[in-house]
Amino acid sequence: MTETAEMAVPATGMAGAAMWLVLLPLIGTAIMLIGGRRLDRTGHLVGLLMVVAAFVLGLLMFLSHPASGEGTSIMDSNLFSWMPVEQLQVEFGLRIDPLSLTFVLLITGVGALIHIYSIGYMHHDPDRRKFFAYLNLFVASMLLLVLGNSFVTLYAGWEGVGLASYLLIGFWSDRPSAATAAKKAFIMNRVGDVGLALAIFLMFKEMGTTSFDGVFSQIGAVAEQSPGTVTAIALLLLLGACGKSGQVPLQAWLPDAMEGPTPVSALIHAATMVTAGVYLIARCSPIFNLTADGQLVVTIIGAVTLLVGCIAGCAKDDIKKVLAYSTVSQIGYMFLAVGLGAGVYALGILHLLTHGFFKAGLFLGAGSVMHGMNDDVDMRRYGGLWRKMPITFATFTFGYLALIGFPFLSGFYSKDPIIEAAFAAGGTKGWLLGGAALLGAGLTAFYMTRLMYMTFFGKARHEELRSADGREYHPHESPASMTVPMVILALGSIFAGFFLTQGERLAGWLSPSVGEFSEPHPEIVSATAVTVGTLVMIALGVVIAWLFVGRKPVPVQRPSDVSWVIRLARAEVGGDVINETLFATPGIKLTNSLVVAEEKAVDRVMTGFGTGLAALSARLRRTQTGYVRSYALSMLGGSLIVVLALLVVRFA
Amino acid sequence: MNPDYYLILSALLFGIGAVGVLVRRNAIVVFMCVELMLNAVNLSFVTFSRINGNLDGVVMAFFVMVVAAAEVVVGLAIIMSIFRSRRSASIDDANLLKY
Amino acid sequence: MSDFPLVLLLVVVPAVGAIITGAMRNAPVKQVKIVALAFTLLVFVIAVALWIGFDKADTNYQFVSSAQWIPTLGINFSVGVDGVSLVMIALIALLLPIVLGASWEEKLPAGRSIGSYFSLLLMLESTLIGVFAATDVFLFYVFFELMLLPMYFLIGAYGGPRRTYAATKFFLYSLFGGLMMLASVIALYVVSRDHIPGGTLDWTALQQIASEIPESTQMWIFAGFAIAFAIKAPLVPFHTWLPDAGAEAPVGSGTLIVGVLDKVGTFGFLRICLPLLPAASAKFAWLILLLAVIGIFYGGIVAAGQRDLKRFVTYTSIAHFGFIAMGVFVFSTQALSGAVIYMVAHGLATSLLFLVIGMLTSRGGSRLISDYGGVWKVAPILGGMFLIGSLATIALPGTSSFVAEFLVLIGSFATQPVWASFATAGIVIAAIYMLWIFQRTMTGPVRGAAVIGTVAGPDFGLDKPAGSKQLESGHTVTVKEHQAPTKPKALFGDLNIREIAVLTPLVALIMVLGVYPKPMLDVVNPTVAKIIEMSGHTDPVPAAGAVEGAGN
Repeated sequence: MTETAEMAVPATGMAGAAMWLVLLPLIGTAIMLIGGRRLDRTGHLVGLLMVVAAFVLGLLMFLSHPASGEGTSIMDSNLFSWMPVEQLQVEFGLRIDPLSLTFVLLITGVGALIHIYSIGYMHHDPDRRKFFAYLNLFVASMLLLVLGNSFVTLYAGWEGVGLASYLLIGFWSDRPSAATAAKKAFIMNRVGDVGLALAIFLMFKEMGTTSFDGVFSQIGAVAEQSPGTVTAIALLLLLGACGKSGQVPLQAWLPDAMEGPTPVSALIHAATMVTAGVYLIARCSPIFNLTADGQLVVTIIGAVTLLVGCIAGCAKDDIKKVLAYSTVSQIGYMFLAVGLGAGVYALGILHLLTHGFFKAGLFLGAGSVMHGMNDDVDMRRYGGLWRKMPITFATFTFGYLALIGFPFLSGFYSKDPIIEAAFAAGGTKGWLLGGAALLGAGLTAFYMTRLMYMTFFGKARHEELRSADGREYHPHESPASMTVPMVILALGSIFAGFFLTQGERLAGWLSPSVGEFSEPHPEIVSATAVTVGTLVMIALGVVIAWLFVGRKPVPVQRPSDVSWVIRLARAEVGGDVINETLFATPGIKLTNSLVVAEEKAVDRVMTGFGTGLAALSARLRRTQTGYVRSYALSMLGGSLIVVLALLVVRFA
Repeated sequence: MNPDYYLILSALLFGIGAVGVLVRRNAIVVFMCVELMLNAVNLSFVTFSRINGNLDGVVMAFFVMVVAAAEVVVGLAIIMSIFRSRRSASIDDANLLKY
Repeated sequence: MSDFPLVLLLVVVPAVGAIITGAMRNAPVKQVKIVALAFTLLVFVIAVALWIGFDKADTNYQFVSSAQWIPTLGINFSVGVDGVSLVMIALIALLLPIVLGASWEEKLPAGRSIGSYFSLLLMLESTLIGVFAATDVFLFYVFFELMLLPMYFLIGAYGGPRRTYAATKFFLYSLFGGLMMLASVIALYVVSRDHIPGGTLDWTALQQIASEIPESTQMWIFAGFAIAFAIKAPLVPFHTWLPDAGAEAPVGSGTLIVGVLDKVGTFGFLRICLPLLPAASAKFAWLILLLAVIGIFYGGIVAAGQRDLKRFVTYTSIAHFGFIAMGVFVFSTQALSGAVIYMVAHGLATSLLFLVIGMLTSRGGSRLISDYGGVWKVAPILGGMFLIGSLATIALPGTSSFVAEFLVLIGSFATQPVWASFATAGIVIAAIYMLWIFQRTMTGPVRGAAVIGTVAGPDFGLDKPAGSKQLESGHTVTVKEHQAPTKPKALFGDLNIREIAVLTPLVALIMVLGVYPKPMLDVVNPTVAKIIEMSGHTDPVPAAGAVEGAGN
């Protein structure tokens, strides 16, 4: 079990510093947005400064944090009372513990690198200041998400990163595709948010609190009373996690999100925000540990997603979309890991960290390639670029090797144990999950090798082509502000895995937050066999990729005469088709028909009373003929009635 | 003395007046019929005054006569002006005030 | 506790202002405008003083001024505030100077002077404050009806092309509801005579006998009030006056309609129905909840399909009123507090959105959504304000609407999980309609007749040939004539200093109350707790046992 926070510490010292972690980037956003055009020249430096300051602060907090076992490693500090109504006492508070600090370092560290990279990448953009403002907003929200000590604070950060993601995907807002992708991302995330919100409501209903501490300390009691409630909470949380992390069935927004500038894809849609779902599940380990059904669903979603992501990634020609689907599938691995339950949460976080390094590096590499290729993303137009961009090629290669799980690089240390843990689930479940993870490893090797071939090797197809705006391609290496972060991330891709797993460093450090780590021991096959099997699958993927792509020239036009497998993969395993046919099209039809119904039916019925009265009076006024004698007659008739009535009353 | 005869006479006069108002078109005749009705009412007022032995009904009859006189003045003036503008004393011709 | 009649002043001062500005027929327009603005600022200052002097712990009416009015019927002219009416009055006092500022250079129909427009706005302020401050049910009714008069003229004389139709519709709907309410007020008086000699319509006295009124009687009385409030709020299907009135009214009064006037309906529910008719409220709660949830979905979906920007805002309001009505009728303190905060938060957010749209349409000369596109590129501050308004409308954390919506939903879930789950799904619809409209007007390439060309002038483009009215269907917005970004017309500038100054307080308040709503909650909570207690309900106790210091 995890530790509970010893006590609420006042917002001084380390807890006070945590507040500044969130505030610094937020202040940066405010300065850059309110400052307006005056700050166009210097704004990006403000943004960079704030993130670097936050990183330094985070590092100091990390260094001064008591190691596990020595005093409290989980510290809650409530800053102020946010929404107090009778029993509901929502505090605005932060929690500093190994898990949140790990994320703080990842977010501010990778964030700072990507800020540096963006200075070069966005150099020519007139709205660079705004871009940095939004990036800072993202960093602030993401830090709030991981630092919050209650589900409501987490939810605030959760929606905040959604907003930042919306703004950044749609940053080039004059492109209709970017605007649509941004909207799609936000709306699909909102679907997930409904799940998270309902989970919070259910917690309050059952336990009367929304703080981590209160919920985790009482969830056991709830589990004894009604296990179904815990499963419901877990599944609702999972829905939220699926939305944010682009997991099936809410995966379709993530590839579209590549419409945003590449640094955004690297930071938000690869390294940090999309992993928030993994964070959520790891954070809620006390809840998920109590519900086997909930965990099973998490693993199933993870396994399905990692396969869907891999398959879709195999057929894409857009370099960023390949990487996006790769992200989807790698997060599937993380879900698989955190779903496998007590003891292996740390593996999910480990893969999250190493993935943060190599995927961010890969995206930055892709950005560097696009930067040299007139912002073209179609790999069929690349080819032979390794000669023109040596640094990009080198860093990209290390990221690639790490991603496919090449031995002794980061990905190997993090992915291999997950596959082992999947087999360790035992029985049919173990075979299915492990098999899916193993197959995924092979497919990953295939599509990444395909990407490498098409981009860096083979014939330089771009020499005979022009980009859409008619310019010739002049591939060149990117400036130092872009290559330096790539190099740093490449180093991370090489060494991070080894460093973090050495002596179970990360697992031990995280144990106060997510529980003790226990090495998975597959019973159905030996761990060595799994490792060997994984390596064989990877080798197979690479070889098949060479057979399909590497040994023959790549056609610039996308072949249309292809087998159903490729068509399925190109259709993203049906993701968007399902969304379109089930939701978008009926939704638009419903909207249009309701608008008509509103005008033609509802409004008519309500105003009908008025028009009915008017029609009645139009009839009745016809009795006013203007002939005095007819009036006299009606007067006489009326008098007679009155007299008769009087007589009847009198004598009856 | 049997007051019933007076009341029957009053009812007869009133009925003749009412029928006259309803069936005749000439404004002057209608007017005279209205007068007939008023006087029928006057007759019953006076009769009841006699029956009850106090003067309330008589006073009422005076009021009616005053009102009738005023009405004749105004009414004849209106009929005259209508006749002048339309060259007709038929009340069915003056039906503009409708709907 | 002060005896100074601040509340009475709040009713009287704007009325005096209205008379004075109305009398300044021959004065220069600028002078009239300044006088009117000075009066609204004075009212704002009084409201601030009232807030400062308000005793948060006391749940009785404070700053009560009372005078006998119709003694034979037990009717008094008495005004006072409790926590709920205080925040609403503060909202009105805040919005009026902003609305005046935003209408400073309003283009009115020919022959109408802006002086009398401002005078009517002041009159409206007086009656609005009166309706929230009345502590006598009859006085409440009187202000409820009086409120119609200035608004009728504000729409009918100063509005858009179909103003007469809209004003008449608004008036008839409201009057119908008002008469239903009058019947119920009379019934309430008659019933009160069974318990209090001579009868009364004093709220406090009526509250004390509320539990003794038989349920069947309560249901009839409730029906009358409920129809009036459901029309005013408005709940589906009594809502169709709002899109017409909101769209045809000039921006300033339109803002007040959706921002404040509608809240009288939900306020009436929680002020009259819950405490005075507790049994009937409990009995009819399911019906109101049903209408509320239908409203959340129906309003949202119909909003998504609107072609007219102002109508769009009114439909979003209908969706939001579903949330407020729901918060009132689930009988938990969290939800009811949330509903009160929602009234304020929605007032701020919708006012911001409505004013921004007013500024947008005054530049483009068209209310049609399809006449705009890519405005963010042309007018970044305008676009940014629109975005903030949109985000507040979809209740993003950090805006006051989030606090409100969260409280309503979490409180509703505790007592009515099924309804609350449906309502929560409604937040997706909010995101859809709001972001879709943002995409159609603000992002994408610079396009649209209003932005790059000229549109038909005074008819607001409503009578254009059918072809240009076609809804842009399809999941993605299809830009029919995909031109390269064209130069926007010269008139289409960004917000000027006055406009920014007018909007800034709203933006600031939205954010401040989103992060730190405690000052408002402290005022509202005691009153809300008392209302819940009066209506005979208690908060459900969590299954896992009571928790102390849950935030630790």
